Amino acid sequence: MEQLAQQLINGLSLGSIYALIALGYTMVYGIIQLINFAHGEVYMVGAYVGYACMTFARLGFFESLLIAMVVCGALGVVIERVAYKPLRDSTRIAALITAIGVSLLLQYTMMAFVGADVRTYPALPDYLTASFHIGGVVISAQSLLIIGTSVLLMIALQFIVHRTRLGKAMRAVSMDADAARLMGINVDNTISFTFMLGSALAGAAGVLVGVYYNSINPLMGVLPGLKAFVAAVFGGIGIIPGALIGGYFIGAAETLVSGYFSSLYKDAVVFAILILVLIFRPAGLLGKNVREKV
Amino acid sequence: MKRTAILLAAGALGLSVLAGCSAKPVTNAPDAGAAGDTVKIGLNYELSGPVASYGQASVAGIKLAAEEINAAGGINGKQIELVSYDTKSDTAEATTLATKLMAQDKVVTVIGPATSGGMKAQIQVAEKNQVPVVSGSSTADDLTVTNGKLNEYVFRTCFNDSFQGTSAANYSSEKLGATTAVIIKDNSNDYSKGLATSFDAQFKANGGSIVAEEAYATGERNFNSILTKIKGQSFDVIYLPGYYEEAGPAIKQARELGITAPILGGDGYDSPKLAEAAGAGLTDVYFTNHYSSEDHDPKVVEFIAAFKKANGADPNAFNALGYDTLKFVADAVSRAAEPTGSAVKDAMADTKDFVGVTGTFSMDPSTHNPVKSIVFIGYKDGVIAVTEKA
Repeated sequence: MEQLAQQLINGLSLGSIYALIALGYTMVYGIIQLINFAHGEVYMVGAYVGYACMTFARLGFFESLLIAMVVCGALGVVIERVAYKPLRDSTRIAALITAIGVSLLLQYTMMAFVGADVRTYPALPDYLTASFHIGGVVISAQSLLIIGTSVLLMIALQFIVHRTRLGKAMRAVSMDADAARLMGINVDNTISFTFMLGSALAGAAGVLVGVYYNSINPLMGVLPGLKAFVAAVFGGIGIIPGALIGGYFIGAAETLVSGYFSSLYKDAVVFAILILVLIFRPAGLLGKNVREKV
Repeated sequence: MKRTAILLAAGALGLSVLAGCSAKPVTNAPDAGAAGDTVKIGLNYELSGPVASYGQASVAGIKLAAEEINAAGGINGKQIELVSYDTKSDTAEATTLATKLMAQDKVVTVIGPATSGGMKAQIQVAEKNQVPVVSGSSTADDLTVTNGKLNEYVFRTCFNDSFQGTSAANYSSEKLGATTAVIIKDNSNDYSKGLATSFDAQFKANGGSIVAEEAYATGERNFNSILTKIKGQSFDVIYLPGYYEEAGPAIKQARELGITAPILGGDGYDSPKLAEAAGAGLTDVYFTNHYSSEDHDPKVVEFIAAFKKANGADPNAFNALGYDTLKFVADAVSRAAEPTGSAVKDAMADTKDFVGVTGTFSMDPSTHNPVKSIVFIGYKDGVIAVTEKA
């Protein structure tokens, strides 16, 4: 029982990270039907920005988190404007391959600048290294921080999407871009704004992971990016609450598999879930099966 | 349509991951000088790619040793000429370059690569061309003796994996008084598995028992779930053989979960990155190593000073092993009856009481493994607190 509780807490922390990244995938897919494979790399850049803020500028955790979110948001907009916007009218596969190109470009540009070596975050202030014992269960301040920050950011996102004009514009563009344009919505800016939001969340996830695992490298975005993609597909790609559910589900599944079977199978289980979802419920958990006109 | 797009995306992504593995082009410009007045020694190291830091560190040590020997008049009056290539951390490239070094450049010995995989790729080439290959850091057991048969032209100047695992098991039983242990190994890494196997055997032979054996894959950062799993059990030590990239976060997470048992590892821990990644959790952590920069032996002190002067940093074990390896080769060449591969090989197998910075050793002619001492390094609160030779 104790072990299960502990594993679930581990799963929640991991799931929060996946959920934050999955949100970016799902929002971008929702608005332009593009799977932005460069998203995992935005998360990696976020981790490095946070690292630079804390190591060189000696800023605190929350300032670094904020700066990383701003920088990643800006990076998301630049990626969209430079790489995807010129391709908006070309085939889907062209945009997809471009996304993979951007992903490799970011990975190896970062490697050229900072080297392939693993880097570690500086020592954290005491309030972040504390841990609480409840029975035999240890809850570290860092996992609380990850879960808390993620939940706050997700609430903020829900607020933006459902309660603001920009959010309304996003939803409108996602439903029908042409009709939205006729209604006077600036579609290009709305798409850029969506990239900005998603990338800022990925940047936050990067800093949280840097603090939690204390180890970052230029290729760190590949696997979490893939798993967040699975999470987004699991929940129903394009649907924001689906990404949340998917993120937590994948996090918990991974933790329980390594906790009760073997950690060697956990990646296989995650991708087996992807295959099963695609076979039995291709629209995802929350998605409606809409027949598309071909 | 939607489903096809996602399937397509998943497939394309798989390709992109593969593409990430392809090598970068590197140009080499060997000095094709006349062989008459020099002793040509080939260096076939990982100068770029994922394990470049091992190769680069070894070469830094080798260069320092070569400069020292040349400044002192060379080997029997002949200057050492190093011919260096980059394997790009690729084993197939290691085979090609070894052939080139032996057949085209006519070197008397090839030193490197640093990893066991690269060294194994050279065994056939070495036997065929009758030119010895020596590594300062390849620790795989089956490198010098494969299936019970000695690879005549393959040597190493470091101890092998089973010696590390055995020593760690003895240290746990004798010094730490452990009777129960947990093993956490990297299942995608031969080095880690080799250490785990020999630890397991020796620890059981000492009367101990292994209460759990867990595994992870290279690149893992999240150890919380396997650590939570073992936390409920009672054990005296954890044996965690692996590289610092994974061991650092694993140690940090173990201490955060409240696991206080001593953690032991192998020479893969030898990096300042370990302390950075593990942070304050790096206490009661011990590892087996080839050499310690805390050693006060005059030869070691002298080496550290010379290395610092040339490279501006404290030498690590790879630097020291590279340095020793070149000195070992030079010693064999100076004793060889003639400057040919087979004569040098005989001289190498015959090495007795060679004094190096990683210890004094003699070559065991039946296994081509050096008989040498091992160093235990122990951390307390993130700094080295214990250095013991065993």
